[in-house]
Amino acid sequence: MRAPLLSFDRVSYRYPGRDVPALHEVSFEVQPGEFCLLAGLSGHGKSTLLRAACGLAPHFHGGRFAGRVTLAGLDTREHAPARLGAFAAVLFQDPETQLVMNSVRAELALALESRGHVAAAVARGVEEVALALGIDHLLDRCTHDLSGGEKQRVALGAALAGRPRMVLLDEPTSQLDPVAGDELIGLLRRLNQEWETTILLAEHRLERCLAAADRVIALQRGGVACDGDPAAFLEWAALQAPALQTPGAKMFALAGLRPPPVGVRQARRALRSHGLLPEEDQPQPAASPAGRAPRRRKAPVALSMRGVWHELRDGPAILRGVTLSVQPGESVALMGRNGAGKSTLLRHAAGLLEPTRGRIERAGRVALLLQNPGDYFIHERVADEASAEALEAVGLAEMAERNPRDLSGGERQRLALAIVTGTRRASAERPAVLALDEPTRGMDREAKAELGGELRRRAAEGQAVIVATHDPEFAAACARRAILLADGRVIADGDARELLAGGWYFATETSRILGGAGGALQPEQGAELLGARALAPSSSPGHSGRSAAAAADGALRSRSSEQATAGWVVR
Amino acid sequence: MTGLLPFYRRGASPLHATRACVGALWASALTAATLLLYQPLVLLALLLAILGAAAGAGVGRLVARSLRTALIVALPIVVVNVLVSRQGLTVFARVGDMGPFGQGHLTVEAAVYGAVIALKLTLLILISTLAGLAVDPDELLRVWRRLSFRSALTASLATRMLPVLAADTRRLSEAQRTRPDGAPSGARGRVALLGAVVGGSLDRAMDVAATLELRGFATARRAPRLWRPWSRHDIAFAASAAAILGLAVLGRLAGAASFSAYPALHMPVGAGTLALCAALIGAVLLPFGDRRGIDL
Repeated sequence: MRAPLLSFDRVSYRYPGRDVPALHEVSFEVQPGEFCLLAGLSGHGKSTLLRAACGLAPHFHGGRFAGRVTLAGLDTREHAPARLGAFAAVLFQDPETQLVMNSVRAELALALESRGHVAAAVARGVEEVALALGIDHLLDRCTHDLSGGEKQRVALGAALAGRPRMVLLDEPTSQLDPVAGDELIGLLRRLNQEWETTILLAEHRLERCLAAADRVIALQRGGVACDGDPAAFLEWAALQAPALQTPGAKMFALAGLRPPPVGVRQARRALRSHGLLPEEDQPQPAASPAGRAPRRRKAPVALSMRGVWHELRDGPAILRGVTLSVQPGESVALMGRNGAGKSTLLRHAAGLLEPTRGRIERAGRVALLLQNPGDYFIHERVADEASAEALEAVGLAEMAERNPRDLSGGERQRLALAIVTGTRRASAERPAVLALDEPTRGMDREAKAELGGELRRRAAEGQAVIVATHDPEFAAACARRAILLADGRVIADGDARELLAGGWYFATETSRILGGAGGALQPEQGAELLGARALAPSSSPGHSGRSAAAAADGALRSRSSEQATAGWVVR
Repeated sequence: MTGLLPFYRRGASPLHATRACVGALWASALTAATLLLYQPLVLLALLLAILGAAAGAGVGRLVARSLRTALIVALPIVVVNVLVSRQGLTVFARVGDMGPFGQGHLTVEAAVYGAVIALKLTLLILISTLAGLAVDPDELLRVWRRLSFRSALTASLATRMLPVLAADTRRLSEAQRTRPDGAPSGARGRVALLGAVVGGSLDRAMDVAATLELRGFATARRAPRLWRPWSRHDIAFAASAAAILGLAVLGRLAGAASFSAYPALHMPVGAGTLALCAALIGAVLLPFGDRRGIDL
């Protein structure tokens, strides 16, 4: 057996000034060439573990450190991060803080130059890493002109330029759209398989990367709670940490099927073997045929956009004739790739930008929650940021004396929501529209579920809710209608259940497993559908099986639609 | 959205295609000429040449915007010089007793001299804007890194962080505008906002420092020397820099650019002066005429 590349031996770590340890008695080893996934809820030690693996904890952050971490045989207490960085590259969540030069070429060259490589080796290293990551066309671009996905790839390139043996990644896909996120995971898999680069990846959206991993290490309260292959992890999660289950695994568990599937392909094979999935999928529309939601005449409108254009003076058009209307109580998911125009559209909705052409009408105030909740905090006390009523409404009344910057990710998001929807004056106007720009970035499933519940509650109270998101699962859970933007245009607008069921990227895992049958179902509804299929008269694969499945799907579709209408959506 | 921000971007122009140290040398020659020469006509010729060069480099719009900013800084110089200078002979207004400044005799000479200084300052601002927009700071600082790695990298970071901080400020200001009761007003509100900006910058600085640490900042060695063949643009701009510097020195020594404001204006304009103006414009703009071998 080869010597481990990374080894944690009874490691405990406490940040300076903190009473609770961030890591507690952590022990595990990572062999060269492994693809390991770090799972766990926010605040349970994933980022700290990555920082300990590369020596940033304790060298950079200080604090109390016990135990022993060795990386490539070097004890991290005895070697500084600069030395350890030659063996392990690190990619953090925010690419903006990892790009330190003005041009991509200089960025890729910096690590090689600072480690004393000769000019020819630097030039070769830059070209090779750029070709390997498919960023050679960006080499002469300025780093501040790149999109989020491009920045993340360049930051990865800069980390990989020195050909490290290991890459540590902290939620690298959290700011990427589904396409760019899948591309990044595919890239990591290729690095792992072709160069035998060891990968240690911390991620919340496990359904995106579980199939690529050899092993999953789950952390709970700073300790290793589970360490096994993806299937074993999912078995453990079903019993011990349901919030870490993937939607597909949750659907299987609820339907009483075992073992839990690691990916879509495995899930579909398992369903076929049980006769619960036809051999051929029924074709599902990628969007509603007309591409637009049916018009409702004389219905009250909370927000209306007619032919809205946003054209830069010396640049392209960001929005191209967007026409849409949102009714009170309607919940809309706005989806599309990075740069499709989602954020710009929300800024127009809130009146932060003026359209260069077109007209916008609002029934009242539009409260806009921008991507970074920390941007709203300017006081030292939570109580100074919003009124007591607003804090009460988002469940933060008990944290009124805390510093906003000490709150967890989910709590910060809720406080920002209280700030934009409420006011320090209790008598202020209640917003007619609540618009949120990527509110689930870096959130774990529990926090997302909380936020989804809050948005459903507001929609039920008659507020129009528009959420720009890259997360199809969140969109399906909290929106009745979905709008897909591309290149500044609305390319699809329809029922979220239909729209999020028929695609490859903008589709939930459950719908990809079920081939879109029944629409974009939640795992519970997917399990119900599987149960209905199991009880259908003929469940054997083939034509008759398809008919039975279709009947069960139709019944479930109409029922879930009724539930949704009766439950929280007022249309 | 960042298209109009005054930061370096690679462009398809001869100046962008020139190696950074030659580009910087060319900008330094223009700076030296500005400092050496006082003749207003020659300075105006330089202004024309620099605006032409900015257009040739594809950054005319940004440099024109910088010209507006420069004028805001430069105009008070004329006013102050008129008010405080007592050396001119040609009085055009008497404003009576001006306290510590004595009798307020405003002279034409003081106004012209103030205008010359303001013009020189404007030129310096335009030259630095043009160089900042068209000379690759990474490449320039790479040369500097061979001498002092850490100070050069710090300078690199500073130039990189300018657009990042501009974006941060825009984001924070947008977030404050979305508050239902508006952005905080008054001194206390501004201090709170400033605190938020500084707090955000410090958080970012911590992450940047961690990244640098892992990239080997602490063990950094001298950057290797890169050899690159001289392109036609490198040669053209090096020759242009030499010509600008030579003309400035020659103009100064030969008296073609002679000028004195006090006690009375002495500003001869002869064939030599006109030839110097034409030569300077030609020396500055000629390298922009050759656009072969440029790619974006």
